Amino acid sequence: MLRKILYIDLTSGESFVQERQELFENWMGGTGAGIKLLQEECPSGMDPLSPEAPIILSIGPLNGIFPVATKTVATFKSPLTGELGESYAGGRLSLAMRFAGHEAIVIRGRADRPSYISINDSKVEIKDATSIWGIDAQTTGVVLREHETGVGRRSIIRIGPAGENLVRYAGVVVDTYRHFGRLGLGATFGSKKLKALVISGTEHVDVPDPKRYKEVYNRLYKTTVQTDVMEKYHDIGTSVNINVLNWLKGLPTKNFLLSSFPEGEKISGEMFAENYLFRRLSCAGCPIGCVHIAALKSAFSTHHEFEVRKVSYDYEPIYSLGSNLGIESAEGILQLIDVCERTGLDVMSAGVVLSWATEALENGLITTGETLDVPMQWNNVDGYSRALENIVKGSNDFYRALARGVDYAAEKYGGRDFAMALGKNEVSGYHTGPASIVGQLVGVRHSHLDNGGYAIDQKAAKKPMDPERMVDELIKEDNSRGVFNSLVGCLFARGVYTEENIIDSLGAVGIVKTGEELQDLGKRIFDEKYKFKVQEGFDLTRAHVPKRFYETISLSGSITPETVDEMLRIYRKKRGWS
Amino acid sequence: MNRNVEDLAGTKVEMEAETKIPVFPEREALRLNPEKTEDAAPKPKTRRRLKVAHPERCIGCLGCMFACSRTRTGTVSLQDSAIKVQTQGGIEGDFRVVVCRGCEDAPCARACPEGALEKKPDGRVVFHKDLCTGCGKCEKACLVGAISLGKEKMPIKCIHCGACVDFCPHGVLELEEVPVSGG
Repeated sequence: MLRKILYIDLTSGESFVQERQELFENWMGGTGAGIKLLQEECPSGMDPLSPEAPIILSIGPLNGIFPVATKTVATFKSPLTGELGESYAGGRLSLAMRFAGHEAIVIRGRADRPSYISINDSKVEIKDATSIWGIDAQTTGVVLREHETGVGRRSIIRIGPAGENLVRYAGVVVDTYRHFGRLGLGATFGSKKLKALVISGTEHVDVPDPKRYKEVYNRLYKTTVQTDVMEKYHDIGTSVNINVLNWLKGLPTKNFLLSSFPEGEKISGEMFAENYLFRRLSCAGCPIGCVHIAALKSAFSTHHEFEVRKVSYDYEPIYSLGSNLGIESAEGILQLIDVCERTGLDVMSAGVVLSWATEALENGLITTGETLDVPMQWNNVDGYSRALENIVKGSNDFYRALARGVDYAAEKYGGRDFAMALGKNEVSGYHTGPASIVGQLVGVRHSHLDNGGYAIDQKAAKKPMDPERMVDELIKEDNSRGVFNSLVGCLFARGVYTEENIIDSLGAVGIVKTGEELQDLGKRIFDEKYKFKVQEGFDLTRAHVPKRFYETISLSGSITPETVDEMLRIYRKKRGWS
Repeated sequence: MNRNVEDLAGTKVEMEAETKIPVFPEREALRLNPEKTEDAAPKPKTRRRLKVAHPERCIGCLGCMFACSRTRTGTVSLQDSAIKVQTQGGIEGDFRVVVCRGCEDAPCARACPEGALEKKPDGRVVFHKDLCTGCGKCEKACLVGAISLGKEKMPIKCIHCGACVDFCPHGVLELEEVPVSGG
């Protein structure tokens, strides 16, 4: 298997392919290769929206070859946080990259007019996208399908107006329903005048020992379809956690003013599944089918005329655009998710920005003058929809501030104590305890998925853990996920890929690794990411934790700043930083 | 339990039954058990045929396509799969699952000018690689698009082995036994 990188320069319109065997040997692929390429391409202090800022898409040695190795990682300098940008998407992108023969794609430069990139195997073209600039993300996919080849094996990734207008938490929609959601890759696309990228290929992969390959494949497949863990994602899906966390007092509600939502039953995963779910989909290469699609049917006249929208949902959007905004109906949440899908906004950041604005309006930090008379009030679906449109358009100074993220807006208007961001990234939907807070703070991309702190809190709630033990667990996850993300597997399936299974599956494609080598790789990847973060000004000792976390009771009871500070101190010590 | 199938050149090969993987227990009943069928109906003569029983249940995982190329050629390839899962308007639309229908009067065999696709008396169509010139007439003859040229510019012909059935997590595919006419 040749492991190649495709370099594309939008300024000059040129592209070339380079073999980088050594890079992949040392850093595996995926996020390992991604961070090294970012270091090469992005010197200190670069403006994340400048033409020189790179976009790196990378896959790993198992993508397309083994079950549930379905993700692609995007590495970039985040326009939202100003430091490491890293986001993962499923769909068909990793498969398309595999069969086009590119393990990584590096995009640099800025096109002189709206453009999209078309990749067919080794053929790369930069095409005019003027006529689709300004069009929503969904329609962009519809249009490009007509013009490009590779039906059924291609991937179309694109931005909506939010990315074009450089909203700092604009995402990139992948094959409809999947996203590079977090940290603003959509704005980076927009700054390059890059509307979309279409990729397909016709290559195949020869494995060194087909018999062994089949044996390992079958074992992993069997584990995947038979474990309980995956059944959870298959059935109700991630939104099964709405009821669970609501009962346990861990569901952020109304901007974390509460940790349980009295109306929670109305927006539970069960409610969605029984009344709106009409279909499940899979990423290519995964038998689970966790992508849950709801049909949102609404009448637009009294004469039985309906419009039906197909909206995907998960736990996080139901939290951020639901309980977090006091929305009491599944339909209301689906409407807000749909606005984010069309405009190309990250649902999580968008919800947290709106919940902060709602409180800021209640507290008089802002007035209806700033909101342009849009009623940003709990459970006001129409008001929130209009606010999202205003953020995308950048209607006035206030909305332009909101478009830069909650941290920026709170710096300007006040209310940092309830501006729910950690490491400048709007937080995920878990008020579970100190491990969730510390996990997101120390995490390389300030995501709940960096180290799964929320799960550590839940474990600790059952069987108490001291702060040191929690930190040990966080570090273990930080490192092991670095390895898994170099492969680039779906984190839902991390249970399937035990160290032994990783070694076996790598062996089946001709890569020999020991357990120690993998553990070392995880640590090295983490260190390289921190090097980049520190270079761009991230300082863990000055990390800000909004007071609200300490005011609202969590799943683990009251969280004290002392506990969080102690865990941070232990974390730094164990990492050898103090 | 091994079963005999024909490879691309039409020769009998023994295929391991390692692909038989119980997916979700309740769906086991949907899958045809070849041993039982043989016991229950030794006569009249039947042949095995792949069937898209529930196309609307497809989730687009492409597991069947990978199972096909993996089992038959030992590679990872979408091009070399005889079964095809197509999208209609992206994944927002419905999937279309294309399999060989095992036609009695097979148009692909009729269209082949070289006799490389040979119609057997029991209704099966057998491919002789050595006779194929890669002209693609078989591909044009099949309206459903079940036969197409693979990466070596040779037709990829479904042999109704059922490898794909075992890797469909949603019970979309089934193997059925159909009577052999005049058999």
